[in-house]
Amino acid sequence: MKTENVSQDDANFFEGKSSSIQYAVDENGNYTQVKSLGLEPSNIVLQQAWDDIKEESEHALEDVRKGLKSPIYYFMIKEIMDVKILSETTGLSRWRIKRHFKPRIFNKLSDKLLLKYIDAFKLKNVEDLKAISNK
Amino acid sequence: MNIDFEHRMSAHCENGVTSNLLRFNGVDLSEPMIFGLGSGLAFVHVPFMKFNGAPITSFRPLPGSIFNKVNKALGTKIIRKSFPNNPQKAMLELDKTIERGIPVGLLVGVYNLSYFPSAMRFHFNAHNIVVFKKENHKYLVSDPVMEQLEWLSEEDMVKVRYAKGTYKPKGRMYYIENVNTDYNLQKAIKKSIRFTSMMMIKAPGPIIGVSAIKLLSRNIKKWGEKYDSRKASRYLGSVIRMQEEIGTGGAGFRFLYAAFLQEAGRTLKNDNLLIASEKMTVIGDLWRTFAIDSGRVCKLRSRDNQTYDTVADQLLVIAKLEKELFTDLSKIKI
Repeated sequence: MKTENVSQDDANFFEGKSSSIQYAVDENGNYTQVKSLGLEPSNIVLQQAWDDIKEESEHALEDVRKGLKSPIYYFMIKEIMDVKILSETTGLSRWRIKRHFKPRIFNKLSDKLLLKYIDAFKLKNVEDLKAISNK
Repeated sequence: MNIDFEHRMSAHCENGVTSNLLRFNGVDLSEPMIFGLGSGLAFVHVPFMKFNGAPITSFRPLPGSIFNKVNKALGTKIIRKSFPNNPQKAMLELDKTIERGIPVGLLVGVYNLSYFPSAMRFHFNAHNIVVFKKENHKYLVSDPVMEQLEWLSEEDMVKVRYAKGTYKPKGRMYYIENVNTDYNLQKAIKKSIRFTSMMMIKAPGPIIGVSAIKLLSRNIKKWGEKYDSRKASRYLGSVIRMQEEIGTGGAGFRFLYAAFLQEAGRTLKNDNLLIASEKMTVIGDLWRTFAIDSGRVCKLRSRDNQTYDTVADQLLVIAKLEKELFTDLSKIKI
């Protein structure tokens, strides 16, 4: 790789705060650091990873609005968590969390229990959690 | 206590932290030299284990191994601490150590690193940073992948040190107690090249080294035949992310290793190492072509499994060249 061929395909993933350091050979044959703003293949797959997450959370949101799943399920997907990570973050067992995915059970949960989820999802209050089901 | 800590960016966080901490202690080694001495080049493909929903492919050894190998080779004395389930103690120890004027390396998860670009904030728990100052309940962080020094709040610091998910950091911290300036670079270079070569060509089983590159090639063909375009492109995409996303210096660390071979060859006046460096660059360029072609396959989400076969065949060429190169390197006179 020559320094002048280092890709500068900027998809704004670094938001100007960072860049990717690449190693390339300069005109004198010396290896040197070059800052790259992005590379086409990484941009494609990173964008796809985020598109997948977006699509999955849209599906989850539909399920919530149809009354098939509780808001907890939606926020878990949206925050790129799985039941394991959510269980470690809230301190609740996986079994209980899966139970809380059921709207019928979710509606009966105490505010004290919901607070654990609000912290995990970085929401402000219980209303934020509940409001998404009826927009 | 205020200390002057020089922040330098690097391709890979562990190289950067190691290099920055050593330089603070008077041992000035470049990122490629750190990477090479730490035997940072590797290839692992584990089809039966998944990470983020795709089979594991890695171009690096386990987190922490570069830091440990470099410091062992240089005779540096390291203090390492971890605090499972005791965040209060972990934070107190951190504060006490930076108060003594010692910059501290931390293993953290990136998901709650508030200064990180948002598109990079996945649940990834093997990131390394250095902390060397605290003011108004905020820490000053030297993160080798960021342009500038960044501030991180106490609250976020607890979260990143106790990140959840796979490979939890458990509050791990490390710092240099004292350095040995009388190290033998020639011996360290020789030993590290031998280790890397052996891992690439002699590791038993199909999941490590050159045989793993061939295994990945076979599996890519299989993904193209067996899976729908979405799943196949997600799997192939995860290989590209490991290879090219922030942290490898390009082409799955191959360019970084070529830079190391060049520096080692010049320092030791060894032409064979310089020739090996040029060959490594050629191999790196082939990896890059593989990434570009694979990226296009992913973008099209093509159902044509021929495209998967084409990129898989590129890996066979790479495997053959790496086998030759590392066989030469394993016998090289240093």
